[in-house]
Amino acid sequence: MGPGKSGDRERAVAVKKTEAVRRQKRKESDLRNVSDTLQDDAAQKQTLLGADELILNMGPQHPSTHGVLRVKLKLDGERVRGTECVIGYLHRGVEKIAENRTYQQFAPYVDRMDYVAAVSNGLGYCEAVEKLLNVEAPPRAKVIRTIMTELQRIASHLVWLGTHALDIGALTPLFYCMREREEILKIFEKYCGARLTTHAFRIGGLQYEAYDSFEKDVERFCKDFERRIQEYVDLLTGNSIWIGRTRNVGVLSAADCIALGASGPVLRASGVKWDLRKAQPYAAYDQYKFEIPVGTNGDTYDRYMVRMEEMRQSRLICLQAIENIPAGPILGKVGKVLKPPAGEIYHSIEAPKGILGYYIVSDGTTQPYRVRIRPPSFVNLQALDKMARGHLVADVVAIIGTLDIVLGEVDR
Amino acid sequence: MLDKVIFFFFAGVAILSAALMVTRRNAMHSAVFLITSLLAVAGIFLQLRAEFIFIAQIIVYVGGIMVLFIFVIMLVNLDVALHQLKFSRQKWVALLVTLALAAEVGVMLWSSRGVPGQGFLLPNAVPVGQLPPNTEALAGRLFDAYLLPFEIVSVLLLVAMVGAVVMAKKRT
Amino acid sequence: MNPTLHPVLAFLQTWWVELVCGVVIIAVVPLVAGYLTLMERKLMADMQARLGPMRVGPHGLLQPIADAVKLLIKEDIIPDNADKMIFWLAPVTSMTAALTAMGGIAFGPSFLVARDINVGLLFVLGVSSMGLLGIMLGGWASNSHYSIMGALRSTAQLVSYETAGGLALISGLLLAGTLKIRAIVDAQSNDGVWFVFLAPVAFFIYLVASIAETNRAPFDLPEAESELVAGYMTEFSGFRWALYFLGEYTNMIVVGAVATTLFLGGWLRPFPNVHWMNWLDAVPALFTAAVGVYCVLRAGKQPVRVQIWFMWGVALTCFAVAVVLGLPLLVAQLKFMMPGLNGAFWFLLKISAYIYLFMWLRFTLPRYRFDQLMHLGWYILIPLAIVNVLAVGVATILELEYGWNRWLALVVTTVFTLAAALFLLRVNDKRAAEASSAAPPEQPSPEDSYAG
Repeated sequence: MGPGKSGDRERAVAVKKTEAVRRQKRKESDLRNVSDTLQDDAAQKQTLLGADELILNMGPQHPSTHGVLRVKLKLDGERVRGTECVIGYLHRGVEKIAENRTYQQFAPYVDRMDYVAAVSNGLGYCEAVEKLLNVEAPPRAKVIRTIMTELQRIASHLVWLGTHALDIGALTPLFYCMREREEILKIFEKYCGARLTTHAFRIGGLQYEAYDSFEKDVERFCKDFERRIQEYVDLLTGNSIWIGRTRNVGVLSAADCIALGASGPVLRASGVKWDLRKAQPYAAYDQYKFEIPVGTNGDTYDRYMVRMEEMRQSRLICLQAIENIPAGPILGKVGKVLKPPAGEIYHSIEAPKGILGYYIVSDGTTQPYRVRIRPPSFVNLQALDKMARGHLVADVVAIIGTLDIVLGEVDR
Repeated sequence: MLDKVIFFFFAGVAILSAALMVTRRNAMHSAVFLITSLLAVAGIFLQLRAEFIFIAQIIVYVGGIMVLFIFVIMLVNLDVALHQLKFSRQKWVALLVTLALAAEVGVMLWSSRGVPGQGFLLPNAVPVGQLPPNTEALAGRLFDAYLLPFEIVSVLLLVAMVGAVVMAKKRT
Repeated sequence: MNPTLHPVLAFLQTWWVELVCGVVIIAVVPLVAGYLTLMERKLMADMQARLGPMRVGPHGLLQPIADAVKLLIKEDIIPDNADKMIFWLAPVTSMTAALTAMGGIAFGPSFLVARDINVGLLFVLGVSSMGLLGIMLGGWASNSHYSIMGALRSTAQLVSYETAGGLALISGLLLAGTLKIRAIVDAQSNDGVWFVFLAPVAFFIYLVASIAETNRAPFDLPEAESELVAGYMTEFSGFRWALYFLGEYTNMIVVGAVATTLFLGGWLRPFPNVHWMNWLDAVPALFTAAVGVYCVLRAGKQPVRVQIWFMWGVALTCFAVAVVLGLPLLVAQLKFMMPGLNGAFWFLLKISAYIYLFMWLRFTLPRYRFDQLMHLGWYILIPLAIVNVLAVGVATILELEYGWNRWLALVVTTVFTLAAALFLLRVNDKRAAEASSAAPPEQPSPEDSYAG
């Protein structure tokens, strides 16, 4: 009689017990009422104060959590008293994989983290390894990288806008955003053959030369885009229902942002003017003039305005860049086999969602010793608790949407 | 002839629903049968050419009061109430009262059997064409001769509403 | 003949019209509601730069039929602990209420199921409010805490907006002077103007209230998919869900019909009594013929043979309808038919425009949160509706007792109502500003963000 058998018997006893309970309950099914179902469906916990707290589970499969995210809400009636995020449903062990791949082999993996903005991920990684190798990409490569990254920023913000509006109930902006994003993805496809996980850049520069009508395509897109942004603004910005759903919802003060480590539009909407493209310029950003939009309140509406303005600024950067793409080589002097000297490097860029950092430790071989990625969504998600307290359950969806998280990045 | 059929249909539904209502163990089933009973009574009102009462019954009674009843059933713990079902002591008193009432009704019907037009079946006292439209007639009397009671009842309803809101507000 | 058959035959002779109408309503209205879903999907697609259903039937015209068949053959799942009788009854109640309300509506001067019942409009209103019961019973039968909460919220929303809508209708009824449906439209015909021009504020209040009545966006929180609380419809699948859904669309038609009857002139053409606009009488026939011509033009471009035939079929139907509509114009003896036929056309056109407005608002506006929804109903719409009733009443008295011109009286009172509306909105804004500045969204004690 091994352990399996006794376990079976216990399980059989347990099953019999639940069957008996169920039969009893069916007899009394005529008398079912709300409090009964309450005890069945949700776990009621006694807190320290002895008050009853209801835990509502949201996810991991849910139309609004933008990925496999599980959020446990502690409710008091309709008000949220606390949240707890359970992540890891999309963990793929990317950082561990990096230890067994060469530097070039690892590059496609970083696309899959923030799969909505793959180009930025690639930019961060390539620049980090280039720093490690002490190599600089040629100017032409830098400018084209900048154009592609800014286009990707616009595409990422378009996805955010569409899904966020959809969560709040506006059905139409999603399709308009997808229509614009389609143009960007066509440019990407013509450039490197892929739309989503592009692997656009190589360590040392670019692999593909800008195709013939690259400048014309980008210019046509940018010229068209101003009118489109105006469409979104007309639909949402002045809409009293939109304002009612987003004003004063999910307020995060500047001090809280800095304490939590939030970055990107979340930080800038709270009033802190910090953007790595201006503070620690990389690629070709120091050559172009653009503004950093900053909000005042730190609520959902301000984050919306900041991201809309960022799309406009990205468009301006693209227009400035395509006027003057320097001629020259696209790949710097890197060998086929990359063996960076032993050492460590931390390099961060301003991804569409916030500060994306790569910490690479090299031990002198062709494979990195450790790659640690600092994803913006992971850090921003910690602000969810602070932002959601005191709000209604219906607001939690809006707050998750406004953080603009991608679970591929949160879980890696 | 058609009148009789329709009347017996509505009356039958009303009585059957009422009987089912008081014999169900499930409170929600009782409420549903009460609704069907009320609708049947509304049908009888319609047959009596009292259209306004018919629609008032549906809007107020079914659409308002029964909705309230169902709200309460959904929100209130019924286990406690059901355990108080100890009618065994009052069974015989109830039977006595029922027999007395039945005797009264029987005597009344029997003594009115000679009066023409009274009794079981629905008379049409006035030909339809000469009946004043129900709504206008009602409105005329209500706002003309009975204006003061009408206003007093409105104030009473307002007081009830305000009282309900005040009692329901959380103590903050 | 058997003497017991006499009463039955007499019954059929007097009531055959109503019976046929009843059967037609039960058979046709769900089909029309199904095609309304197709119209919604096509409109949504058009406003979202896409095409909508295209595969099933030419341009997706057979999509509702495919959906109905799919829902009918689905497995009927009943939750284990659900109350079986109520689970069966809830969708039936919803659909029955909507269909019965359809019975009280007149599509033309002689189209009537309920023989011009004295309380016509009130009948439609009262019976359609019985759909509430369907929602509550549905939430209860699902036997899940969140479905019950969703049902209660939905019911609360419906009750609140019914009050506002009813008050708005009262303003219109003051102008009409009667509850009978035919008499209301006749009153508009006598005045020569649709009541929407005499009482526009009432129309807009009723528009907003009816959107909330039918649980449409922006008031569809109880049935939204991206919200946490499951709606009352969650546990219903297959044909039960279809009944709820069709009930909702039938309710839309009912509510559109009520608005059309009272405010938009029912079956009257635009400018009903203006003689030099009589050419408008030709519009129904010409419009239908134009649709037929369009179908003919598109028929040649269909890729598949069966679609070509289908388009030709639709075109021929349109032509047939156009001929029927145009007959009274051409053949003088049939002139008496014109109000009826053309009336039906105008009525359906107006309902379609009203429902188009519903759908347009659904695709454009985001959703109200539940407390904002109730705030809008109780703090803004109901006071405004009360003021409007007062204003229209005053205008009517001014006209009847003091001999004012009707238009002047109504313009004055409309201006007064709009002023009241602006005042209400300002008060509302001030209150919202105070609330948000006085109580910052409950940042509770500076606890550790990571605790709990």
